[in-house]
Amino acid sequence: MNNEYMKNVVVRFCGDSGDGMQLTGNMFSSLSAILGNEISTLPDFPAEIRAPQGTLGGVSGFQVNLGQGVYTPGDKADVIVAMNAAALKVCVQNGLFHEHAVIIVDTDTFTKPDLEKAQYTTDNPFTELNIPETVQIVPVALTTMTKESLKDSGLDNKSVLKSRNMFALGVVCWLFDRPIDKAIHFLEQKFAKKPQLVPTNVKVLTDGFNYGQNLALSVSQIRLEANGDSLEGHGNYTSIAGNKATAWGLIAAAQKCGKQLFLGSYPITPATDIMHELAARKDMGVVVVQAEDEIAGVCTAIGASFAGDLACTSTSGPGLSLKSEAIGLAVMAELPLVVIDVQRGGPSTGLPTKTEQTDLLQALYGRNGECPVVVLAASTSANCFRFAYEACKIALENMTPVILLTDTYLANGTALWRIPKLAELPAITPQTAPDSLKGHFNPALRDERGVRYWAFPGMEGFEHRNIGLERDAEKGTISTNPDNHEKMVRARQAKVAQVANQIPDLCVQCNAGSDTLLVGWGSTEGHLHAAADELGCALAHFNYIYPLPKNTEAVLKQYKRVIVCELNSGQFALYLRSQFEGLHFEQYNEIKGQPFAVERIVNYVKG
Amino acid sequence: MEASQYKSDQYVRFCPGCGDHAICMALQKAMAQIGIPPHQIAVISGIGCSSRMPHYLSPYGFNTIHGRGGAVASGVKTSHPELTVWQMSGDGDCMAIGGNHFIHEIRRNVDLNVCVFNNRIYGLTKGQYSPTSPKGFVSKSSPFGTVERPFIPGELVLGARGTFFARTLDVDMPTTIDCMIKAHQHKGASIIECLVNCVIFNNGTHSWIADRETRAEHSIILKHGEKMIFGKENDKGLAMEGFNIIIVPADDPRVLVHDAHCQDDILHHKLVQMGPENGLPVALGVIRDVEEETYDAAVSKQIADVRAASKAHTFDELTATLEQFER
Repeated sequence: MNNEYMKNVVVRFCGDSGDGMQLTGNMFSSLSAILGNEISTLPDFPAEIRAPQGTLGGVSGFQVNLGQGVYTPGDKADVIVAMNAAALKVCVQNGLFHEHAVIIVDTDTFTKPDLEKAQYTTDNPFTELNIPETVQIVPVALTTMTKESLKDSGLDNKSVLKSRNMFALGVVCWLFDRPIDKAIHFLEQKFAKKPQLVPTNVKVLTDGFNYGQNLALSVSQIRLEANGDSLEGHGNYTSIAGNKATAWGLIAAAQKCGKQLFLGSYPITPATDIMHELAARKDMGVVVVQAEDEIAGVCTAIGASFAGDLACTSTSGPGLSLKSEAIGLAVMAELPLVVIDVQRGGPSTGLPTKTEQTDLLQALYGRNGECPVVVLAASTSANCFRFAYEACKIALENMTPVILLTDTYLANGTALWRIPKLAELPAITPQTAPDSLKGHFNPALRDERGVRYWAFPGMEGFEHRNIGLERDAEKGTISTNPDNHEKMVRARQAKVAQVANQIPDLCVQCNAGSDTLLVGWGSTEGHLHAAADELGCALAHFNYIYPLPKNTEAVLKQYKRVIVCELNSGQFALYLRSQFEGLHFEQYNEIKGQPFAVERIVNYVKG
Repeated sequence: MEASQYKSDQYVRFCPGCGDHAICMALQKAMAQIGIPPHQIAVISGIGCSSRMPHYLSPYGFNTIHGRGGAVASGVKTSHPELTVWQMSGDGDCMAIGGNHFIHEIRRNVDLNVCVFNNRIYGLTKGQYSPTSPKGFVSKSSPFGTVERPFIPGELVLGARGTFFARTLDVDMPTTIDCMIKAHQHKGASIIECLVNCVIFNNGTHSWIADRETRAEHSIILKHGEKMIFGKENDKGLAMEGFNIIIVPADDPRVLVHDAHCQDDILHHKLVQMGPENGLPVALGVIRDVEEETYDAAVSKQIADVRAASKAHTFDELTATLEQFER
């Protein structure tokens, strides 16, 4: 690497799953965000909480791309911090580095037993891994120096070793010329609830930073270019993880329309952080029920919706399967409900900590009967906020369940988020029954859009019986009449279809005039954007899955070559084919549990 | 309030002679005596004959899906503790498919009034054995008799750390109404096992106690603070001998006085287990009624406490607490 200013740099922290790599990576990313860098992060950790120490299976990684024009966490790292021999091996074998990368290794963790645990067959790991000479290996005795730093702290050996990540963070802060006082301030914030941990961590961090200056002869500091104007505009920015952004979108929506926010949920990776965040937000008046199972999660939410709340449930693919029948109930009862599916690798338990876009068809069709729901997909960690908010707005205004798809990559990744004020967010007008219906309300009454009215317990003169059975289109009571059933099926279908009138047109990104169009949906937007830029082609990226934007067909028809790129075996392509006869869709699919690599998309499209 | 104010305009479609008719009427009368106006009441049910009940009542009603009435009702009550919430369920709905929700609404002590219509059969699916059908019971799905051991609902309620359990019989309207009123007064999950006859698929299942001739000898109506005395002539009493309940003459000094408010549930266990199997009268009335904090109240209180102690109450105040930079 040279000493010039760089546009963006990819850093990868990797070590044992007990080495605190996620914390270190998150702190460095957040620090960079506060200093004004755009960020995109990719935590990559095993499902086991603590896999056997020093083994290949226990390697936990955290990658961040920082700078400007950042769309993805980056295919390959420019800087790698490898806390042990196993981490180095995983990084190198997976080709996760650039040819001019700087790799900082803890030389204290390359002893013979360490090498054996990481399944090296020789005594020279660097030669064995065949690391190109262009890569600069920076050996640092991280463990020794952390011990030295804390020798007077009184901490036991185990606690001392746990602080190695702070020494590494200090070195990286020096490498990127981050002001150490900001880093210390951030550390104090991070450990606000455990102040006893602050002094030792600050000491190790500072020592790591100062040690970095010793490296100045062998390594150049990296300076990032000042930020351009690729952000959303003026305002206040912070870094936010997708799950937190999702939770906050729900909070904002509830406050905007004056509803109580209710979440019924059951712990499931990678969605649980949404419940964690909302359970901590009692200051915002959020009611959270950690239910006895996934079904109870959605059913308590349906109960809260029946009682007049903004009701939500959060889950991942297996949980969405369990909730299917109850989502059908919300469809039949025509109650507002927000279902958040943070997709992970499937089927069954699958790859709980890895990312995938394989729940699309389940979200669209995975219920008994004719059972349409609105389906949305967030496409960045930051816009999880916007789409959680929109999911609430659509649900409350159209008396329908809305499934919001995110995934592991968005949920755990962080990005720069422009903090909105509540006043600037679009109004939300729940479909509450007007006073004029008092005394003769029934749950089949609809407005001119075909959306039924919402009345809930506590409203005098609106008492009624809601049902999961088919209801009479006029009276709202149980009906098994054949013609009525067909009428009601069509009414529910039309109600969801008319949501298309409320969503924005599909907007072509990148090089709209090209004859090649990449098509994507959900979390792949960043990668596809970067690929389209590089290829000089156009990108149509979908956040509104059902209903689709009205101009979808018109857009798709303009291009000779339309390539639908997905992290599944072609679910969106199948869906598009079912919607638009006669159009040809080429497919590019990966199902590896990992986000796309821009390079692979580019290579595919180039042929 | 009058019972008629709690009737809906729907024609009641239980089979002629079904015990559910009596429970429906008892509930309308109990609601009238309790006096909460219909718009402040929600009646939630799952699937089954019993779950048709909300359609015949004037309050807000929600006939949901099989087994999930307890979870939906828990959501209604937790989100809106100011509402009075009734749950209508059956032996299959809440002890088979909805078993998990049933034990957890009890464990959490959600302030719900739950009527469990126990006819020991699946009626709406036309006659399969249920989790309360006796072992050996012959039904369409057990043509050679079941090989399963049944639940005793009261045991399940106590095992889930229930705070209220009552048992009543379709043909005994005064006791049914009394149990419903006491269930409403009790703050927490109040479970009423309503023994009902299925005239079509399991006729006479409770005849051992339902028959007029033998009812007084085969059942005992427990009342808190009163001696446990039963029999046509009120000549028999219940007493403890070792770990067992025995029948003694009514004037025996050992006759037990019913204490529904006793936290220790050992005796309540013995009482719910009484029946023909052990030669003892079936216990009716309120068997257990103890005070514990309710889940819904605890959830509301925690939110109120945290809100009172925190500075940020709005979204804008919340985002102001973030580490951020301006550009």
